[in-house]
Amino acid sequence: MANKLIKQMGLPNSIANIFTARNIITAKDALSLTEFELMEQLDVGMAEVKSAMAHISEVVCPPCQTALLLMEQRVRDERSAGHLPTRLRGLDEALCGGLPFGVVTELVGPAGIGKTQFCLKLSLLASLPANCGGLDGRVIYIDVESKFSSRRLIQIGIENFPEIFLKKGMAQEMAGRIVILRPTSLSEFTESLHHVQVSLLQKQVKLLIIDSMAALVLGEHDCGASRQQVLGWHVSFIKSLAEFSRIPIVVTNQVRSQTGDEPLTFSFQARSHSIKKEDRASYDSHLVAALGINWAHAVTIRLVLEARSGLVLLDDDGIEMKGSEINTIHCQGQKALFNSEW
Amino acid sequence: MEVGMLPISASKRGKLLAAGYTSLHSISRASASQLATDIEVSEDEACEIRKYASQTSALDRSIGNSSNTSNLYGGQTAWTMLNEEKFSTRITTSCVDLDNILGGGITCKEVTELGGVPGIGKTQIGIQLAVNVQIPLEYGGLGGKAIYIDTEGSFMVERVLQIAEACIEDMPEYSHHFHNNVQDCEVKMHPNSILENIFYFRVCSYTEQIALVNYLDKFIEEHKDVKIIIIDSVTFHFRQDFDDMALRTRLLNEMALKLMKLARKFCLAVVLLNQVTTKYIEGSYQLTLALGDSWSHSCTNRIILFWNGDERHAYIDKSPSLKSASAAYSVTTRGIRNSNSSCKRIKMV
Repeated sequence: MANKLIKQMGLPNSIANIFTARNIITAKDALSLTEFELMEQLDVGMAEVKSAMAHISEVVCPPCQTALLLMEQRVRDERSAGHLPTRLRGLDEALCGGLPFGVVTELVGPAGIGKTQFCLKLSLLASLPANCGGLDGRVIYIDVESKFSSRRLIQIGIENFPEIFLKKGMAQEMAGRIVILRPTSLSEFTESLHHVQVSLLQKQVKLLIIDSMAALVLGEHDCGASRQQVLGWHVSFIKSLAEFSRIPIVVTNQVRSQTGDEPLTFSFQARSHSIKKEDRASYDSHLVAALGINWAHAVTIRLVLEARSGLVLLDDDGIEMKGSEINTIHCQGQKALFNSEW
Repeated sequence: MEVGMLPISASKRGKLLAAGYTSLHSISRASASQLATDIEVSEDEACEIRKYASQTSALDRSIGNSSNTSNLYGGQTAWTMLNEEKFSTRITTSCVDLDNILGGGITCKEVTELGGVPGIGKTQIGIQLAVNVQIPLEYGGLGGKAIYIDTEGSFMVERVLQIAEACIEDMPEYSHHFHNNVQDCEVKMHPNSILENIFYFRVCSYTEQIALVNYLDKFIEEHKDVKIIIIDSVTFHFRQDFDDMALRTRLLNEMALKLMKLARKFCLAVVLLNQVTTKYIEGSYQLTLALGDSWSHSCTNRIILFWNGDERHAYIDKSPSLKSASAAYSVTTRGIRNSNSSCKRIKMV
């Protein structure tokens, strides 16, 4: 859209030629200048600039839909109205059906909590045929830390879906739908993403899992600023992949310990510190999701996995996570507990 | 009295100066045909230049003439504006405390910026406002439509449905505040009609964002009942790989001006959702809203959403008419509602 050529937009020839003469070829070039700058560069009056820009803007502008049309479209065209059910009742309810298509969902948690296990289960669910609640499609699993275990995958499959997996040849077919990529550096990862984009265009891939994003980036750069910039491109690319192909993308993230005692605050908060944060805060380990705040803004859904007193507990109702705990992980406080069938 | 102020092309300005027309007065004194021959343009163009010149100089003259107070080339007196402000409509946020610190709700004719950390509820407030603007006039709402500009893909249709259904169920509550003599009739609205009145645009690059803001003028002319524009979030596309920061500032400023113009022209509210970033102030890292310092001047009102312990709070950081205060709110399955905590008092800072 942004790279549309101005001369193909149906502007009157006189003004279109002026744009070309001043080297403003694409819509992006024109829209990256303010109206005053355009007036100076093109040497035309303000009224003409305004009408030309109005025309260009109308052409480049995204189409309008209503929320109702959006909903009807999803219900009609997509499985489970655009969700991948995770089979965890509380979670599916909270997410209105399951992991949504077209957005990036992040799994955060300390080591050993079960992020990779969850990803294995999700890849299985996506490969299952539709009559079992799956997406009946292929899965691309980008395994950075070499944690993917096919044996474990088959084990999960047999235990949860014995009627499929014990049938002859089915295990092979299901497992055959999951493609594992193992990039060892950020540049290889970037390349894999481009390959993924091609496969997505062929419309067979129904789920993309990146396990884990943090491992890729944390190994590469030292200083914080460049790390954020590096991720900037990947974040936009992954989001646009999700959006255009309408598939869910699951990314796992690590936690790291936070420097300093308290979470970041705004300048006006400095005056009114919470008087007592209860002693628990100072003794527990302060863990924060890795990859920074820019990444946190970019993911649409963040699922925080935590252990409560050493066990992953079972409960029917989901309790909402409160406080800055969404960005910080403590070992106490209100947590979300979900029913697990594993 | 400068020729440089005229909205004409640079070459024409250059010709005027070369021909000796240095002040607007001299241009309006000359006849059109004389002007045309002097600067070698057509008669029509000369007429246009004279028209611009006389408009601009009329403004200059009136400033000196104090008895000519009304119709000062589009100006208004403060008294007329006071009457307008009294009746200016507000959009409720469904949280009483939040409405109170906002003076009733989000104001129309102004640009309000809402910023906060991820997960604080920005999109939730955006969706709640898009639904609340549709509350009918009998219940104290605006009965208008909403434009929702989504730059991040966080608009969940199921959530809008959830909030719409809850709003319809809670609507009889609003009638108590406004008209005590309205009969308790069944609210005839259906959640689907609420969804139908939200115009949704998905923007994938900053170019599209700027193009869309330019196009909104025409769009709202055709849909005059739009009463709120929500951009969620205004930051995202300007944050990823933008090398030229000066350009970014210029583009953002122009966008903010256009949005302010839309707000005033069509009497609607513009709500911009912003992200946060860290900044090194006074020896430590602190949170601050993204897009830089010059952007922070662009919006009329600025509200920062933050965590206070386990509670979500909103703080009025900047407003020409509202007092600096913070209030608690919560995000529930029914949408934005009052906070349940015991310390519900509004904190004046």
